[in-house]
Amino acid sequence: MKFSIPIEHITPADKDCVGGKAYSLSALNKQGFRIPYALSVTTEAYNHYTHRNGLHERISLELHRKNFHEMRWEEMWDASLRIRNMFLTSKLPDDLEQNLRGLIEKIFSGKAVVVRSSAPGEDSAGASFAGLHDSFVNIKGADAILYHIRMVWASLWSDAALLYRQELGLDVTKSTMAVLVQEIIKGEKSGVVFSQNPDDETQAVIESVYGLNQGLVDGTVEPDRWFLARESGRVVSHIPALRDKIMAPAPEGTTLVQLPKKIQALPPLNSEETARVFALAMQSEIVWGYPQDVEWTFHNDQLYTLQSRPITTIGQGRSGDERPWYLSLKRSFENLKTLRKKIEDELIPQMEGVANELARIDLNTLSDEELIGQIKEREAIFDHWEKVYWSDFIPFAHGMRLFGQVYNDTIRPEDPYEFMDLLSGAGMVSLRRNSLLEELADFIRNDEQLRQTLEQNREFLKNEDFSSKLDSFVESFGDLSCSTAQCFQGSDAVIRILLELASRPKDKIRTHDKNTEELSQNYLSHFPDDQQAFAAELLDLASASYRLRDNDNMYLGRIEGQMLYALREGLARINSQGTYAPDSLSAKEVIRMLQDPNYTPKTSAQKEEQEQAMPFKSVPRQLTGQPAGPGVCQGLARVILSPADLAAFKAGEIMICDAIDPNMTFVVPLAAGIVERRGGMLIHGAIIAREYGLPCVTGVPDATALIKTGDALTVDGYLGIVVIGT
Amino acid sequence: MSFRLEKAKDADIQKTIDVLNELFDSQSLAVLSTQRDSQPYCNLVAFIVTGDLKGLIFATTRATRKYENISSNSNVALLVDNRNNQISDFHDAMAVNISGTVVELKGDEREKYIQFYLTKHPHLEDFVRSPSCALMMVAVESYIIVNRFQNVMVLHVEK
Repeated sequence: MKFSIPIEHITPADKDCVGGKAYSLSALNKQGFRIPYALSVTTEAYNHYTHRNGLHERISLELHRKNFHEMRWEEMWDASLRIRNMFLTSKLPDDLEQNLRGLIEKIFSGKAVVVRSSAPGEDSAGASFAGLHDSFVNIKGADAILYHIRMVWASLWSDAALLYRQELGLDVTKSTMAVLVQEIIKGEKSGVVFSQNPDDETQAVIESVYGLNQGLVDGTVEPDRWFLARESGRVVSHIPALRDKIMAPAPEGTTLVQLPKKIQALPPLNSEETARVFALAMQSEIVWGYPQDVEWTFHNDQLYTLQSRPITTIGQGRSGDERPWYLSLKRSFENLKTLRKKIEDELIPQMEGVANELARIDLNTLSDEELIGQIKEREAIFDHWEKVYWSDFIPFAHGMRLFGQVYNDTIRPEDPYEFMDLLSGAGMVSLRRNSLLEELADFIRNDEQLRQTLEQNREFLKNEDFSSKLDSFVESFGDLSCSTAQCFQGSDAVIRILLELASRPKDKIRTHDKNTEELSQNYLSHFPDDQQAFAAELLDLASASYRLRDNDNMYLGRIEGQMLYALREGLARINSQGTYAPDSLSAKEVIRMLQDPNYTPKTSAQKEEQEQAMPFKSVPRQLTGQPAGPGVCQGLARVILSPADLAAFKAGEIMICDAIDPNMTFVVPLAAGIVERRGGMLIHGAIIAREYGLPCVTGVPDATALIKTGDALTVDGYLGIVVIGT
Repeated sequence: MSFRLEKAKDADIQKTIDVLNELFDSQSLAVLSTQRDSQPYCNLVAFIVTGDLKGLIFATTRATRKYENISSNSNVALLVDNRNNQISDFHDAMAVNISGTVVELKGDEREKYIQFYLTKHPHLEDFVRSPSCALMMVAVESYIIVNRFQNVMVLHVEK
């Protein structure tokens, strides 16, 4: 078996086992292009590794847990994270380790390298998937290089790759990955060149930055851009960049540093250099017969080709293809910092302002016409903020992911979600609310008379401390039932939940200082002194991201609540006799009913389940989802189809829902476990379950249909299994 | 020898042991039979047999029927065979019925045998290491070996 081939020994017969990138460089090398010295780690090495340690089948099990078309993006990220962790924690077989270590030490002997993916077919014409797989820059020493080879292998199963699995032909039984270990060229200026501009076929485009081109490739450093006529090589236009920062080699990896002021004024390339880069791209195009996308760098005035591949682009999908949007969520650290500032300083105060302003309007006093105006206005306001939610808040959740990745790479924990325990010290609004609820429940625990009063007649409260605390709770968080999306409950709900909370002992509540401090210190201790500031800043950013993942929806919930108040008011006017009770409200129908006295929308008649003619009955016994909160629990199911179901929640029941809304989390302290249809580790349900230490399984298709309230359940949050019945 | 093959010499016994080891190495799944209230119940389980053939190990989560059945009645039987779903199976295939009693492995024993179990089923690492998963050891009492359609031999494991 050939586990590795030095680049000068690659022949056309090796094309499939060294991958597109390595093959293309070896061919250019033979044509006289200057390239960094490199070693190809072949697909045979990958295959040997994954078969020997069971990874091959483990990946299959992970990816067949659920149908792909039933998986949400977040679930793909989770699957990918778990697979990545399998690679992180699985060692190389001895024979492979010896082969690679020997060659790496011999060839690179302490020199820094770039470890790049080189998947077979990856860079062939018509299938260029730049950026789906990982590359690591400035890696030193055999241990680190071997480790990063595993990281590149893992990126064969990156979430982006899973997303484009059809186009990539990703298949556990066939897909494989070669790696290129390349001597690093610490270029003074670097960039990419397209021999043909994707937007104008008469032009070529050069993008260039000072320093390493990692900053350009991942979008952190803005490049200068030149457009050239393909025919003549003449520069058509030059668009300069700000040029304040550059990506430079750090002791390990790369780091963003300030560019000296006097250099900032000059573009990275002079006219002679742009001509050389242009010529390089055109020569590569001649070799391959297709327009090329070439990565290059200048070092001591020598022009190196780092990689060359045919131009195709992803991320310009057909309309309705939301994958590019998803990929855009992979924001850089810098980008996330800017986004955080916007969210915290602008968006949230604005959302609070809007909700408060709407709350001040007394809907009772409006004419029907004015009420219609209010409904329309509120619907538009809600639509606006929902869009903001998608464009700014959800992308900010990537802060958690970025942190999770850095955390796992640095600490290499057994549990790939340990980072969530560290972040959970972040304190969300819903937790503050829940801890206030617990304080109120304490009054009831300690005052039997109060409990009886509340149970019998909720109007007369003699305990003034309790009443004033209850009042201030309602003031801060609104009537629980009405801070949810739909509110038909009346204020009884708070008291009912309080009685239920008081019915079980207090010690069940998880305190939130669980080792957070230790985890945090352990995390920081893994970074060298010069990276401490970065590590701390990333943790802070991730904590903000974690906190917001819950809070943002709560702010949106308040705006939605105001829209629903207006709808309720409309419904009350149409329906003063109470003859019409819809399952749900749409603004359109309420408006139409207010305008047209003869219009009655169809109520959704309860469909009677038809008796099956077949002499069989099918009953689910064990459902699989994603493990989202470790632990096992047993209890009766409480299926939550609408917020009204929350009020009936009893201590020790298992919450079954479509998707936990942060506004629903006040009953979580009562729950023994959580099962959610929507999948993912970073969704509210999973976050709050971990927060309370509850077993949780997410991503169970049809959970609310297959499980009925009162079913006896076992929730296995370690393996992501729900067992129905005993 | 701690095996007794009715009316057989030691050399025959060794040959049978070799055949069994070969079969167990070639198969990853066994049919496990448990019972409750005299109702039998079957499952597929990924198994491994200890080098001395005295123990068979499999794993199950605890919230399952088989675990529940075993908890109330530890007598189990397993079937391991090498059929190919071809007509030739009638003369060519071998099936082995394994009878014994089962206990759950705990503590250090569990960890020791998990390592052993993973040598054959490395892909089940997450499953078998889950705290909700039980590692079970069958103390084998007998192997009933069927080949050549109706040739049946019984290998007793002596205690």
